[in-house]
Amino acid sequence: MTLFDLAPFVGLGAVTGLDVVSFPQAMISRPIVAATLAGALAGDAQRGLLIGAVLEMVALGTLPFGASRYPEWGSASVVGGALYGSGDVAATGQLALAVLAALLAAWLSGESMVVARTLNAREVRVARPALETGRRDVVRALQLRGIALDLVRGALVTACALVVLTPAYLALTSLWSGSPGPERAVLAGFTAALGAATVWMLVRGTSGARVFLAVGAVVGLAVVLL
Amino acid sequence: MTEAPKLPFATRLAMFLRLFAVQGSWNYETMMGTGIAFAIEPALRLLPGGKDGAAYRAALARESGYFNAHPYLAGLAVGGLARAELEGDAGARIERFRGASCGPLGSVGDQLVWAAWLPFCSLLGLLAFGLGFGPLVVVLTFLVSYNTGHLALRAWALDAGWREGLHIAAVLGHPVFRQGPALIARATALLAGVAIPATVARIVGARPAALASAIAAAIVWSVGTALLAKRADGWRAALIGVAVFAIYSIVT
Repeated sequence: MTLFDLAPFVGLGAVTGLDVVSFPQAMISRPIVAATLAGALAGDAQRGLLIGAVLEMVALGTLPFGASRYPEWGSASVVGGALYGSGDVAATGQLALAVLAALLAAWLSGESMVVARTLNAREVRVARPALETGRRDVVRALQLRGIALDLVRGALVTACALVVLTPAYLALTSLWSGSPGPERAVLAGFTAALGAATVWMLVRGTSGARVFLAVGAVVGLAVVLL
Repeated sequence: MTEAPKLPFATRLAMFLRLFAVQGSWNYETMMGTGIAFAIEPALRLLPGGKDGAAYRAALARESGYFNAHPYLAGLAVGGLARAELEGDAGARIERFRGASCGPLGSVGDQLVWAAWLPFCSLLGLLAFGLGFGPLVVVLTFLVSYNTGHLALRAWALDAGWREGLHIAAVLGHPVFRQGPALIARATALLAGVAIPATVARIVGARPAALASAIAAAIVWSVGTALLAKRADGWRAALIGVAVFAIYSIVT
């Protein structure tokens, strides 16, 4: 992957990474959006959507409560969508390895958010005397620097992940044996179980939710089987 | 409670737009404190003496201290604080409000948005995927549904905050906050029952053998995560599970 090839993905990773917390939290950072956009940039939006759906079921389980630590899906989904969207349609192992790459990138990116928040705290500490005198320029500068830092963070995570993981992805897909059927079944089974467990955790305390879930499952199975 | 004075449209719009960046400098020290000051600043220019006056500087200094809330409900605090500052409420009273409103604005927003509205819209997007729609429809289904709620909540929050001033506790008893999470949870349960099987079917193809394999994988996953319980979050368990599967597929 050349720098020229990398640039659109890095730009998209920066914007989706920024969307997670700093601006504007419109959820373009969710896997079903970010991976699809990355797949479209790579030339295959359908494959981007497919990996986006797989990652979305995993992301259902990570809710960004307060100051908790969580994986960052915006930049990570761009990595997954870029890898899977630019792959050889006939080859096997690509979906599993692209999902693995996206999960690793989500972990790395989540840690980078902690670093960015710590750097923001240091900036605020340094600016504290000026803030206590009510200086508008300092408030504005802190906001803009924080947003710029987050944008750069998303870009760096996406670039590093693609530079490091693309060769590994290509090497490992060439070693992968077997047909795509089991690969997809395993991924869909794993992530669907995870998504269902998350939904159960979220709704189990609500009266009547079990009935709604059961009715939905009957309708869902009918839709699938008929 | 007196009727809220008129806030110029340009000021209200500037505050609304700045609220999208309220977490721009989020940090472990003041959390979104600087963001609150940034969002409220256009209103503070209306204080006597304007943006160079002593009242403006004192208010901006006060508003840049520690604060945290759900970002979509931060507008409630920003609207309320702006009105209190412009009406000349005592600094100590404003500080008390800031301290007292963090918890409720965080927990109410988390329950309504992160634990209810986001998963619901996410499943709506997955349902569109499972029903066979293309990338554009799936992405728009998710983004339009989610952001309809998102934008409405942000706009309402700023308006209600300005209207109620420091008395926003009554607003948090709104039926949307009291009954909304439970209603959305029931809808989410129904939707999940349809969306998750449909998503699996689209990923593996609607062949009985493929579906049986996916169900077997889901059972293996469930048993595995039950054994790993409390040792790994769901996404970490997914990372481990996919890595083990990849190593097995490459080695054998």
